[in-house]
Amino acid sequence: MEIFGVPSALLGSQLLVGLINGSFYAVLSLGLAIIFGLLNIINFAHGAQYMMGAFVAWIALTKFGINYWAALLLSPVVIGALGVVLERTMLRRLYKLDHLYGLLLTFGLALIFEGFFRDQYGISGQPYEVPELLQGGVSLGFMFLPIYRGWVVVAALVVCFGTWFMIEKTKLGAYLRAGTENPQIVQALGINVPLLITFTYGYGVALAAFAGVLAAPIYQVNPLMGSNLIIVVFAVVVIGGMGSIMGSILTGLGLGLIEGLTRVFYPEGSAVVVFFIMVIVLLVRPAGLFGRA
Amino acid sequence: MTSAFQPRPEMLRIHDLHAFYGESHILHGIDLQVARGECVTLLGRNGSGRTTTLKSILGLVGRRSGSIMVNGKEVIAEPTHRMAGYGIGYVPEERAIFSTLTAEENLLLPPQVSSGGMSVDEIYAMFPNLLERRNSPGTKLSGGEQQMLAMARVLRTGARLLLLDEITEGLAPVIVKKLGEVITELKSRGFTIVMVEQNFRFAAPLADRHYVLEHGEIIATITADELPARMDWLHQTLGV
Repeated sequence: MEIFGVPSALLGSQLLVGLINGSFYAVLSLGLAIIFGLLNIINFAHGAQYMMGAFVAWIALTKFGINYWAALLLSPVVIGALGVVLERTMLRRLYKLDHLYGLLLTFGLALIFEGFFRDQYGISGQPYEVPELLQGGVSLGFMFLPIYRGWVVVAALVVCFGTWFMIEKTKLGAYLRAGTENPQIVQALGINVPLLITFTYGYGVALAAFAGVLAAPIYQVNPLMGSNLIIVVFAVVVIGGMGSIMGSILTGLGLGLIEGLTRVFYPEGSAVVVFFIMVIVLLVRPAGLFGRA
Repeated sequence: MTSAFQPRPEMLRIHDLHAFYGESHILHGIDLQVARGECVTLLGRNGSGRTTTLKSILGLVGRRSGSIMVNGKEVIAEPTHRMAGYGIGYVPEERAIFSTLTAEENLLLPPQVSSGGMSVDEIYAMFPNLLERRNSPGTKLSGGEQQMLAMARVLRTGARLLLLDEITEGLAPVIVKKLGEVITELKSRGFTIVMVEQNFRFAAPLADRHYVLEHGEIIATITADELPARMDWLHQTLGV
């Protein structure tokens, strides 16, 4: 079977790759968006935190025999806690300054984290096996679906929409939305905004670590895995609109799919299509597709 | 000066309050006392330090020194988010209704700090418009409705000391009249109220006392009884 002259299996598998990449874009840009919304800080360490999430899972497995499922919980907790410490000791000092300072600090931290893991583990990458339960694949008729990859998409979607639900439909989310708009008044109304900020940064970072664990069996666990991805994720955030929750989820998934399609129909363009879209969006809608000017 | 009010317990006492925004020294030693159940206004020209006085009570300025006692407790070192816990409800000049929250989410946002706050039903009875508009995004409400919402938001929490900043600003006379009725009702329920008000005709019949500010200092205290005799001076001072 062919679609537009392309075998459906090829189209399907590239769309699946696109959907998987899009899932990572969505989880990572979601974390960046909520951090930027409340903290006004562009968290350049996000890619490094994603990488460290994968490394925690790998170290847990190889050194302590902690399996994938436990790591899926453990790693976000560990890296999220590290995020809490960073926020309390460093980021907190920068809120009153220009965005640039937060960007510089987190960029510096990203370099330190990456340098540390390069020094310890080299850059050749460490393999992480797909958990037993998710090995193998199923034939969908028009294509073959590896179960683990299907799981990644489902897990990412659940986490994204769970986060969206928490922000849009719960009391905690109302604090967060209000705090993003006017933190001073939210404090005057009796809400502990400093604690809310710490929680938000910890949660955003934990999302990155969660994505890292999901990624470990697909990509190799490599100190540079975050920096390769984060540039695209920043483009996703810009396209979706800084600070928009649903915007970053939908844009992440959508751009992953567009990338996949480009890989089928115009492979040479697949590495730049996201940036091409970013340029167009910035020209036409500078606040992003879902952002408010 | 306030001997007539001594029998009533003190809700708020500010002594020698100085406030700064960066290098600018805005308040130069404010002293004021408000008894429980009293309604006082802060009058003055623009830039005289009235709004800064309210913000200073909550710690929303750069730096403060002096003393702020609420219900007999020193609170000047407390972080802003603890102030609501002392029973302070703040209605800021810009109303600060959140656009990403519905009217009802705005209403329910502040945590309850003590029992005895108004129930949501009581609030909707007092402000029927808010019931109708409860599912609209907060900033889609009219200016008057947003002001009602900003007031209602702090009445639910159990706050007993209300700091109201220019609540009538930019509103139609019919809404201003409604707000006057609300303040009268709140006074009868025993709320303590500190109002910054430009609309002197609105404030005069409601307030027990008026503090007049100039250049970040209190230059006069006028009781409601003394007001008729001081009207000319007041008009001159306020430039109205």
